[in-house]
Amino acid sequence: MAVPVRVPHSSKQSLDGPPVSYNADLERIEIELLLEGVYRHYGFDFRAYAYASIRRRLWKRVEAEGLTSISELQARVLHLPEAMERLLLDLSVSVTSMFRDPKFYQVFRDEVVPLLRTYPFIRIWHAGCSTGEEVYSTAILLEEEGLLERARIYATDINDAVLQQARAGIFPLNRMQEYTDNYIRAGGKRSFSEYYTAKYDGALFSPSLTKNVVFSQHNLVTDRSFSEFNVIFCRNVLIYFDRSLQHRVHTLFYESLVMFGVLALGSKESLRFSQYEACYEKLDAREKLYRKIR
Amino acid sequence: MAYEIVVVGTSWGGLTALRELIVGLPATLGVPIVVVQHRHRQSDHLLTTLLQDDTSLCVCEVEDKAPIAAGNVYFAPADYHLLIEHGFFSLSMDEPVRFSRPSIDVTFQSAADTYGSRAVGVVLTGANADGAQGLRRIVSRGGRAFVQLPATAESPTMPQAAITAVPEAQVLTIAEIAAQIAGLTSPAGTRT
Repeated sequence: MAVPVRVPHSSKQSLDGPPVSYNADLERIEIELLLEGVYRHYGFDFRAYAYASIRRRLWKRVEAEGLTSISELQARVLHLPEAMERLLLDLSVSVTSMFRDPKFYQVFRDEVVPLLRTYPFIRIWHAGCSTGEEVYSTAILLEEEGLLERARIYATDINDAVLQQARAGIFPLNRMQEYTDNYIRAGGKRSFSEYYTAKYDGALFSPSLTKNVVFSQHNLVTDRSFSEFNVIFCRNVLIYFDRSLQHRVHTLFYESLVMFGVLALGSKESLRFSQYEACYEKLDAREKLYRKIR
Repeated sequence: MAYEIVVVGTSWGGLTALRELIVGLPATLGVPIVVVQHRHRQSDHLLTTLLQDDTSLCVCEVEDKAPIAAGNVYFAPADYHLLIEHGFFSLSMDEPVRFSRPSIDVTFQSAADTYGSRAVGVVLTGANADGAQGLRRIVSRGGRAFVQLPATAESPTMPQAAITAVPEAQVLTIAEIAAQIAGLTSPAGTRT
C-alpha cells in the first residue's frame, strides 16, 4: 500500500458547517429566527436567501466570532451593531472578476451592441454590482464600441461599503494578469493596461470610464424599480436567492425592461425555472442573454 | 437502507476514471449521481459532452436551482461551488476552499447535511486531499463511503487521504464501485 498521506486538515478544520452532532431541524429554526431578528431590527431581509449558501456563510461568521451556535450569533448581532456590520459583509458581498466568462462579453459585443446602436440613449442597470468589476468591464466594452458617451449605467447594490469600493475603482494589482487574459479572450480591442494606472498594490481605473455611471444603494429584495432600462445585468446574484425571491426579482426586471430590452444572467443561471421564460427570447442560450419580446 | 444521492469527487486523472465508472453503470439508475471534478475555471462543456457519448444516462452540467432527479449524472460547473438542497441544487461563488472551486468537501458536506444517512460518497483518483473531510462527514451522518483502490488510481493521493480520514470506507476498484452504485436502488424505485 502506498505511503500514508497526512490529511492536511485535522478534525479542527472548519468545513463552514455545524458539528456533526448538531440537530438539523433545530439548526433550521435557529437560522430562521436569526434572519427574522435581523430583518425586524435592522431591516435587512435575508429571509428568502438560498438556504444552503446562507447557512455556510452564517457558520463561517459563527466561527470567526469565536462562537459555537447560531443562537449565540443571533444574540451578538442583535445587541452589537458592529457584529451586524461584519455579518452584513459576509452575507452581501459576492466577489467576482473583470470579464468573468470572457465568451459572454464576446457574445455581448457581437449580438447586443448592434441592438444598442439603434438607440440614441442607452440606459443600463447593473443589479447587485458588488465591488464593480463587471461595471468597469461593461464600461470598457462600451467605450471601445463608441457607445459609452450615450450610455448611462446605474450600478446598484444593497451594501454601501462595496459601492464605495466600486466608486473608487481600485482593484488588486495581482489580479491584473488574470483580467488581462480575460479581456483578450473577451475580444478586447486595445491593451488592457491602457485603462488603469498601477500604484502600490492597486490598479486605479480611469475615472473617464465611470463618468456616466451612477453608483447607488438599492435592495433587490425590498425596493421597487426606479427607471426603464435597455439592458439589465444581474449575473451570479440570483444564485444566492431561493426560488420565491428569484421570482420576485424576475418580476422587477421584467417590469424595468423596455420592450426588446436585454436581460443578462450568469452562465449557470436560467430563466428555465422562472415564470417569465415565455416573455423572453434567447439571444444566446449558452451565455444566458435574453431579450424581452412580450 | 434506501439511498437517495451519490456524490463523486475526483481531480487528477478524473476523466478516465469517470468514464470507467459511467460505462459500468446500468442504463437506468434509481439514484442521481453528482460529480465534482476539479478543472480549470474557464473549461467549457467538453467534459460532459465527452462523457455523454459513453452512456444513455443523461449527463449534464448543473444550473442554479435545477431539480435533482434520479437516473441523471450531474456535474458541478467550473468555478462555482455546488450545494445540495432537498431535491434541488444551489450554486455559490464563495471563495475557493483549499484552492478549489468547485470544492469536493463543500458538496460532500452539503449532501451529508441535507440527505444524512441517505447519502453515498465516492472518492476517485486525485492529487490532493479534497473530499476526505467531506467523506468523513457523510459517514459520520450515517451515509456510505466508497474509495477507489489507490493502487488502481492514476493519482493515489486523494483516495489515500480519504481512506486515512474514513477508515471504514469500502476500498474497491472502479468497476466494483459502479456495481455497488447500480445495486443501491433498483430502477423500480426510480422516482419521477
